[in-house]
Amino acid sequence: MHAAVTDFLLDIIQNSIEAEAAVVTVVFNQTETVLECSITDDGKGITPEELNQIQDPFYTDGSKHSARKVGLGVPFLFQAAEAAEGKVTIHSEKGKGTECRFSFNPKHIDCPPLGDIPGTFLAAISYPGDHELIIERSLFRAGEKSSYEVSRLELIEAVGSLSTAGSLNLVKLFLHSQEDSVMDPG
Amino acid sequence: MAKMTLEDLRNLREQKKKDLQKRDTTGKNMQIVIGMGTCGIAAGAKKSLDAFLSELDAQNLDNVAVTQTGCMGLCYVEPTVEVIVPGMPNVIYGQVDVETARKIVREHIMRQRMVSDHVYDRPAADIIQNGGK
Repeated sequence: MHAAVTDFLLDIIQNSIEAEAAVVTVVFNQTETVLECSITDDGKGITPEELNQIQDPFYTDGSKHSARKVGLGVPFLFQAAEAAEGKVTIHSEKGKGTECRFSFNPKHIDCPPLGDIPGTFLAAISYPGDHELIIERSLFRAGEKSSYEVSRLELIEAVGSLSTAGSLNLVKLFLHSQEDSVMDPG
Repeated sequence: MAKMTLEDLRNLREQKKKDLQKRDTTGKNMQIVIGMGTCGIAAGAKKSLDAFLSELDAQNLDNVAVTQTGCMGLCYVEPTVEVIVPGMPNVIYGQVDVETARKIVREHIMRQRMVSDHVYDRPAADIIQNGGK
């Protein structure tokens, strides 16, 4: 079971990347009463029947690990959201893409902690591949909205390949500065 | 910290490039591969990734490649990390928490000595006991 909301988020983003998406868009909205995320991709999509099956922890298509009989990523998300007055909806069309939306009630006692937001975005952005990943992060607090947006391909253009410690540390610094500006806009 | 722009990021990269040219090329061809499947994430692989990056930064090892992969099949000892250093056997480390990640950088990457009590796959037992030497 995952410990933090951002763990679920990273797991679902990876599903989109593994579905051979060219563009993955992540929206991460936080207010005082709700935490909402959506992950939209133009990957290979799944059928309504498969959509039903992936909610079962004892279902896997066997493509990643031939001997394995479980697939836990999506079922973990359903379980945690249901425990915290949250909701998960997944829409998918074979050959077109998938949209996964989930929400948590941050005031619910069973809502997992948020986790490390810039660390999650760094892990998501540096996951290998040629795809674009756009992250739109916003925080509403006391009637004020603060937000930022990052693009994986723009970051690669700025720092070079995301495969060395040097470039990853630059992106890490960048993401922390974005997150700090949202948390403490003063 | 003020909110950085992409321009700031480009400038920082240029500055880093100049610094790198002055230093030797320690770390080239070395690779750290972090298992970031569902099992890895659940066990805290994001924290391990962050610890590797902080320690490599602290030790000025900008050339080391840090990449991610899915589950390596050792879910019971996540987070798992493969370390590839020329002249040493490729090693899969298990239970790589923050402290172990820092130790792998200081021992395996910098001194070419394995962190034997976290080796879970690849080298033969006699190699592990001798610390990879």
